[in-house]
Amino acid sequence: MHAEVRVSAIALRRPLQLAARALIVAGIAFALLYVLLIAQPSPEVGGNWRTTNFGSAIDDWKSFVRTLLNGVTSAGLLFIVASGFSLIFGLMRVVNMAHGSFYLLGGYIAYEIQQDMTGQGFALLGTEVNTYEWVLPALVAVAVIGGVGLVTQQVFLRWNQGQELRQALITIALSVILADQVIAHFNEGIASTVTWPGWTNRLVGIPLLGVDYSLARLLVLLLGVLVGVALWAWLYRTRTGMVIRAGVDDRQMTSALGVNIQLTFAIAFVVGSALAAFGGVVGASQGAVASGQDGQWLLNSLVVVIIGGMGSLIGAVAGSLLYGLVFAFSAVYLPTTGDNCCTQYSIVFTFILLALVLAFRPQGLFGRHG
Amino acid sequence: MGIGALVLVALGPLVFNDYWVDAILTQALIVGIAAASMIFLAAYGGMISLAQTALMGIAGFALGNMVTQRTPGGETKGLTLGWDPTLALVLAIAGTTLIGILFGAVASRSLGIYFLMITLTYSVIAFYFMGQVTVVSGFSGISGINRYTPSFVGDMVNDRYRLYYIALGVAIVVYVLIRYVVKTPFGLALQGIRDEPVRMSSLGFAVPLHRTLAFGFAAFLASLSGVLLVWWQGQIAPGDIGLQSTIDLLIVAVIGGLGRVEGAWVGAIAFIVINNYIRDSWLTDFLDDVKVGGSFNTIIGLVFLAIVIVSPDGLLGLWDRLWGLVRRGGGPAAPAVSPSPAGQQG
Repeated sequence: MHAEVRVSAIALRRPLQLAARALIVAGIAFALLYVLLIAQPSPEVGGNWRTTNFGSAIDDWKSFVRTLLNGVTSAGLLFIVASGFSLIFGLMRVVNMAHGSFYLLGGYIAYEIQQDMTGQGFALLGTEVNTYEWVLPALVAVAVIGGVGLVTQQVFLRWNQGQELRQALITIALSVILADQVIAHFNEGIASTVTWPGWTNRLVGIPLLGVDYSLARLLVLLLGVLVGVALWAWLYRTRTGMVIRAGVDDRQMTSALGVNIQLTFAIAFVVGSALAAFGGVVGASQGAVASGQDGQWLLNSLVVVIIGGMGSLIGAVAGSLLYGLVFAFSAVYLPTTGDNCCTQYSIVFTFILLALVLAFRPQGLFGRHG
Repeated sequence: MGIGALVLVALGPLVFNDYWVDAILTQALIVGIAAASMIFLAAYGGMISLAQTALMGIAGFALGNMVTQRTPGGETKGLTLGWDPTLALVLAIAGTTLIGILFGAVASRSLGIYFLMITLTYSVIAFYFMGQVTVVSGFSGISGINRYTPSFVGDMVNDRYRLYYIALGVAIVVYVLIRYVVKTPFGLALQGIRDEPVRMSSLGFAVPLHRTLAFGFAAFLASLSGVLLVWWQGQIAPGDIGLQSTIDLLIVAVIGGLGRVEGAWVGAIAFIVINNYIRDSWLTDFLDDVKVGGSFNTIIGLVFLAIVIVSPDGLLGLWDRLWGLVRRGGGPAAPAVSPSPAGQQG
């Protein structure tokens, strides 16, 4: 009467798996070839499946390099935000759904302080801001959100450790409240830009590649690298970092050895939240913060750590780079034939990237937990 | 008590006024179906899926694209294929179920909190897809969908009681179907996998396949809800499947209790009543001297926070424990049922 769902697929599995792998490798190879060789710039009239905005890398080398740099620099920002998310999850198994809210809040706090410091209206020019007027708002935002993170962890997450789902739900509730409070208290939640210091507002020539590129964007990359190096030094060269890595591997054993794991948890949560805020300041300087971006940055953090693997620093680097590059290239290297095709489908590639990684490594590229 | 509630709901149009029937009860029935699909996965599969809103929306968008017709000078977006509504209805439901199976297959090897995160990314990706791809929607969405309904369904625009009874009928079918499915060999195996995935795998059960099919079944239920939603609203836009809506549905499921299917409708009615009566008011309207701003979302966030902290198994869990307390004459309350075993993982 009831169909047996226990399909005996074992006999079929091997050839199917091989075929699927071959298909996927061919697909990736085609995508690379398409960008490097196959694509063509728009002709005067018409177009076909090879027609793209810029053509292939050999047609238009400079656009290719710029797209590459766009991808890598956005990876810098992705890394800053997602590494904090990954740190918190890796150590405490807490999925901080309010991470995007911390990002948003950080950006808005820096915006408000910068507005107060410079005494300007909304149209602040780069030349009106000096380095100090960018760094101080950033530091205050980072410190405040670090404090918010500490309170969140102590009040809402300390007494229910191990109840992953409940903790996720609690942080979702907090994100709902924070999103609403941002609209109520920070510039009505409309898009707000933190202004970079004036000296970054120029193009610099990149040696060897032969293109001019925005210094501010390169600064984002530099900040991402600095955060990465600092995190690496902290995790691999200090005692606290050692305890955190031990905690990521085996929380119970670490605390059984007499380490004050609660203190370590608090520190990691403060650092993770502060990184979200710092990312928010950088993101608000690069584009703008606006109500609703909390969801976008939660998505970004999720994608990066799902691809890279939870709690892995190198995984966060790899995830940021892959996601940043796929995002940058799919936005401009899809065919532009006809009215509606095809760059608007770029979001699909985020899903494809996610699906490909999960199909072969459910734990992410560098993750150790299944 | 369940029978009493059912009779009350069936007589709804006689008991309640038009606004309640149309705006609150119908909506609660529809949202409850989507929440039931989420609770089915959580309670019997141990999977918290945040993709149910997205799947609901996919069905709605699919239906909208297929049934609406290009009118001269009309503003309707989408493909405006103008297909036969019955065919479109079947295709929308079948297509959403297939997409659900694809989504499920990708996520099926991940457990617990990972599953939640992956399904959340589906949800956000679906939102951006519908917003960016102007061929099928764009940010303004598709409107006028409820003018094209199958003849056996009838007029959805003017006859709102008809929609109410259809929603009620579908909700009952969904409830009965879930109760039936969990008793089939498939459903029992699914519950075995929820509790002991490794052991079930050793016994020869295809664990990812069961999870995938369960997800596909939940997608089917969500698609029913999506179809009813577009008949009720007449339109659908990416905003209907955004992060806010995703979280709203989760709140509905959690308020009702993630452990029991009937909780879906309890949560839906509670959420929608709160929503309807305080959505447009600001906190300062109630609390003049409190310097906290914010709107409905702050209140619903606080309510949600309180429920998750006090009673993770929702209102029905709270009810069970109070009832247990009364029956045992003030004895110790029954231990709170864990909303799902998802938390045991890792």
